[in-house]
Amino acid sequence: MGLSAYLTLAATLFAIGLFGVITRRNTIGILLGIELMLNAVNINLVAFARFNADPAGMIFTVFTICITVSEVALGLALVILIFRVRRTAIADHLDILRG
Amino acid sequence: MTDPGAFALLALLLPAASFLVLALVWPLRRSGRPAAWLSIVLAAGALASAIRAWTVAARGGFSLWAWPWIPMEAGPLTSVGVLADADSALMLVLVAGVSFLVQLYSLGYLSDEPPASLGRYYTYQALFAFSMMGLVLAPNFVQLFVCWELVGLCSYLLIGYWYQRPEAARAAVKAFWTTKAGDVGLLIGIVLLYRQAGTFEFLDLLLMVDSKALPLAGLGVITFCIYLGAVGKSAQFPLHVWLPDAMEGPTPVSALIHAATMVTAGVYLLVRTAWLFDQTPEVLEIVGWVGAFTALLAAVLACAQSDIKRVLAYSTVSQLGYMMAAIGAGFASAGFLHLLTHGVFKALLFLGAGAVIHAVGTNDIFAMGGLRRAMPQTFVVFLVGTLSLSGIPLFAGFFSKEEILAGVWVGGLPIPFVMLAIAAFLTAFYMFRVVFIAFFGEPASAPHGSHAGTHAHDAPATMGIPLWILAVLSVAVGVGFAVKHPEAEFEAPGFVTPLAIALALGGIALAWLTYERRLIDAERLSALVAPIRDAAAHRFYLDEAFVAIYRWVILGCSRLVGWVDRYLVDGVLNLLSAWTLDAGDRLRRIQSGQPQDYVYGVALGVLLLLIWFQWAS
Repeated sequence: MGLSAYLTLAATLFAIGLFGVITRRNTIGILLGIELMLNAVNINLVAFARFNADPAGMIFTVFTICITVSEVALGLALVILIFRVRRTAIADHLDILRG
Repeated sequence: MTDPGAFALLALLLPAASFLVLALVWPLRRSGRPAAWLSIVLAAGALASAIRAWTVAARGGFSLWAWPWIPMEAGPLTSVGVLADADSALMLVLVAGVSFLVQLYSLGYLSDEPPASLGRYYTYQALFAFSMMGLVLAPNFVQLFVCWELVGLCSYLLIGYWYQRPEAARAAVKAFWTTKAGDVGLLIGIVLLYRQAGTFEFLDLLLMVDSKALPLAGLGVITFCIYLGAVGKSAQFPLHVWLPDAMEGPTPVSALIHAATMVTAGVYLLVRTAWLFDQTPEVLEIVGWVGAFTALLAAVLACAQSDIKRVLAYSTVSQLGYMMAAIGAGFASAGFLHLLTHGVFKALLFLGAGAVIHAVGTNDIFAMGGLRRAMPQTFVVFLVGTLSLSGIPLFAGFFSKEEILAGVWVGGLPIPFVMLAIAAFLTAFYMFRVVFIAFFGEPASAPHGSHAGTHAHDAPATMGIPLWILAVLSVAVGVGFAVKHPEAEFEAPGFVTPLAIALALGGIALAWLTYERRLIDAERLSALVAPIRDAAAHRFYLDEAFVAIYRWVILGCSRLVGWVDRYLVDGVLNLLSAWTLDAGDRLRRIQSGQPQDYVYGVALGVLLLLIWFQWAS
């Protein structure tokens, strides 16, 4: 299997994640979409590392996974806080920045 | 010490000290009499050091003490300090002397004032003395201009001393604005001169003129602008209208500021810069003509007044015209001499008039009458002042006035000479008109609220002593000139002296026949010159003319400019801001506040960028 197969997988995954981020009404669903997009990037990094025989991509991926974990923890904490304050976790209702 | 600068500086700083103390220590100021005495004592000290400076400077001593001021990259722009030479030291003595005497006199004249007002009065007086001395001693145009404005401020404050009276407040504002109109010219002149010469210092400018390093092109405009400042300050036609109204202030103020010192600042400025004006003979000719015309106009106006202070005010305008005419004829020293003698005897006349007003309680000469018996001392000193002003030999005004007449003739201005000669005749007439009406004859029936005639009495000592000092000075100066003629710069033609004496005596005789013997009916006499009399009663419609200029020209221009500003300038700006608001209102709909919309926008943008890159490459 060539590089393009991996990249196609990653692009598809990224598109699914983006679709989820844009269309999910629940905040937790949006967070899941973001995770999918990040993992698409990880696949890209690993694939390039593999085919270019350069370990830097792998190292980057380890870092990315770590940061993703903390980001998810932070994101969930925010969602819980928002839910406590506004009694809702639906993204459509969170429009206090409307101009 | 033989340095006149040190004494001049001391004379300058003593009134400054008393002003600062009175201005800052408010309990002292509100206490009234102690404040007055502080100011008087320091004024006496200033007079002593001024005399000391003059005795050194008159022997040829000359001193410049200056400190640099306004630092710039290429050295200081100008300086502050004192320039003590014979002229400025003599003027300093006049200022310090009259200032001291007037402050002493005011103690009696304003004895009924509440203490707080009296302290305020003396604070202004001290500030005036300081600023006037600073003007006299100024070594450059910048310090001169600053002090010039300061004395204008003091004049405003002191005219409006009784600010509760609407006439006084109006007169103060009028004086301020009218002189300010001239000051604008002075400021423009100074700036233009700096552009041309690159310096403000009198001494540097004098050197440049002497070595012919100053370019003459355009100098006429500069000297004319400087002259405009003198027109406003020294009440020359057509800006003389403020001075008669300035008589709303207390009489000692009129004596000090509006007769002896401040109004002569314009003359002094022209005397001080005579070497500059000599470079522009055409401007000097204007100065001469305007001066002579002012002298005649004001003399005519003085004949039509019934208010003793207004007669004196117009007479001051007239005498200032004399000084200007002498300068215009090219003999600044004659004008300066008349400035000094006029300062002495006109202060005497005003203070004498103040004593009369203080005793009688009215300014109207027709409500006086017979004061010769009730106030013998005041009568004598007032008569001395009147004889001086009329130009009778052995009194102070005779020699200086005759020298001006001769100078104008020699200077080649025959028509101004005739104007001045007529003015000299009228001067004697209107002054003796006042003397005969107010001091001779029978006491007039007292109007309401005043105690005219026999109840009047001579002034208290604080007022009497300055009067006698000035009277003695007037006679002493006149006798001194008769004994030791100051050397004139020119050969006077022989007919001038008899003519001057004849004109003065003729004026006195006419006044005597009209108002004392009553051989000539005053009504018929005035009927002979009815058109002039009627016009003079309206002050030759000059105030009306100024009002008309203000109402139709200046207000019209303001309305036009206001319309342009309101509807064109503001209109464009309002349109722009309305458009901006409208555009913002439309654009805010984009900001939905939904994070998902933004993500959608970002994704769409990235997609567009990608397509663009693909399409471009």
